[in-house]
Amino acid sequence: MEELTIFLVIYGTLLGAFAVAAVLVWFERRLLGFWQDRLGPNRVGPFGIGLALADVIKLLAKEDWIPPFADRLVFIFAPTAVVITMLLGFAVVPYTEHLFIADLNIGLLFFLGMTSLAVYSVLLGGLGSHNKYALLGGLRAAAQMVSYEVFMGLSLMGVVMISGSFSLVDIVNTQAENGWFVISQFFGFMVFLVAGIAESHRLPFDLPEAEHELIAGFHTEYSGMKFGLFMLGEYLSLILISSMITTIFFGGWLGPSFLPDAVLDFVPPIFWFFAKTGTGICFFILLRAAIPRPRYDQLMSFGWKILLPLTLVNLLITGAVLLWL
Amino acid sequence: MLKAILSQIVSLYRIFVHLFAKADTVQYPEEMPYLAPRYRGRIVLTRDPDGNERCVACNLCAVACPVDCIALQKTEDEHGRWYPEFFRINFSRCIMCGMCEEACPTYSIQLTPDFEMCEYDRQNMVYEKEHLLISGQGKYPGYSFYNVAGKAIKDKDKGEGLNEAQPIDMKSLLP
Repeated sequence: MEELTIFLVIYGTLLGAFAVAAVLVWFERRLLGFWQDRLGPNRVGPFGIGLALADVIKLLAKEDWIPPFADRLVFIFAPTAVVITMLLGFAVVPYTEHLFIADLNIGLLFFLGMTSLAVYSVLLGGLGSHNKYALLGGLRAAAQMVSYEVFMGLSLMGVVMISGSFSLVDIVNTQAENGWFVISQFFGFMVFLVAGIAESHRLPFDLPEAEHELIAGFHTEYSGMKFGLFMLGEYLSLILISSMITTIFFGGWLGPSFLPDAVLDFVPPIFWFFAKTGTGICFFILLRAAIPRPRYDQLMSFGWKILLPLTLVNLLITGAVLLWL
Repeated sequence: MLKAILSQIVSLYRIFVHLFAKADTVQYPEEMPYLAPRYRGRIVLTRDPDGNERCVACNLCAVACPVDCIALQKTEDEHGRWYPEFFRINFSRCIMCGMCEEACPTYSIQLTPDFEMCEYDRQNMVYEKEHLLISGQGKYPGYSFYNVAGKAIKDKDKGEGLNEAQPIDMKSLLP
């Protein structure tokens, strides 16, 4: 019975992640349209949702060309790296108290490790393309992702100190008693939010792949399903970062405590998880619609000179409060 | 620094409220955009208030056309009124510039705000006179060229048009 549950959760996560990423293509464009005073795609199928299927078919049917001057093995491996690591990152996300693929006692560390490995996709994509602009894009992307990873981990250490464990289920259970960490670890939350967006290289940190910068950055030479895998990886990392923020800072599957107990018992906890993750995704799309893109040196100095000291100060204050209060 | 953070949050809020603003999209083909009467769309040949066609086959539109897409041939009816025997516009060539409408002395050829002329077969884009001639007066009602011209046609002799003086008898001795 246990095995059946785990089996179902694994395949449910896999299929769910792919389905949500495909629908997210349509959903993002629709939301961006609403925020830009226009309608997004609304022609194919009810409300235009057929766009998801149309995009998938388009990417599968495109010519899968590998440049003859490119490094074949590296070129083919690069897009798979991001998809593999992001899918593995889903293994530690707890949907409810008893519904997860694996409750590792180092769950948080595992997630941080997986996002670090995702840098390889950008780096190898830029290198393997044998193209100046792809190389420059990959270089900038790798530097950005590595430097934002430094304080991504550090910002979570405050949460780990308060809850006393790296396991994500324990972190959510601590929030049930101590209040959601978005309030007690507000600066950690802000830094993790910014770092998470930089990790999945979405606007406003999407210099690697911006349309106006360096043609298309590290995925200039990619077409067809390999490009589809890059896009899938980006949307998967978006969903993963949103789930992580929900789990670590917004109380995972917990409903808001000010609601009456009758309501809290009636609504299944997985609904709260999906609602919060969905709100997080909508917020990331709003970031894409509203915030301008900073220049590369502005981006790097913002990370190293402002966010890193802020993280260290947050860690210091959290440690002091825990020790002496 | 705090001002910078605040400015980002303000721009997030401002963009967010656009969710409740009306979209500017005109959902063609369910909704049609507003086109002014002077919009340069499909070409028509109009008639005068009496119901006769205005075109006098003067060839000014064919000469003015920058891409030479108009072809016509003049013929006369039994009372001397000129009209085109055939009038052909090749709409695959026409650039909708309106030069023919500007050149026409009788307000016959006009451009209308209709652009939906797609065809699958290129031969169907050559419009003959029976496709171009309409039963109305188009954008310029009330004007009849032959009423003000000096030519003698049925029901009108020389000297009987609007604002026209009677022809002078050159051989009489009176001033």
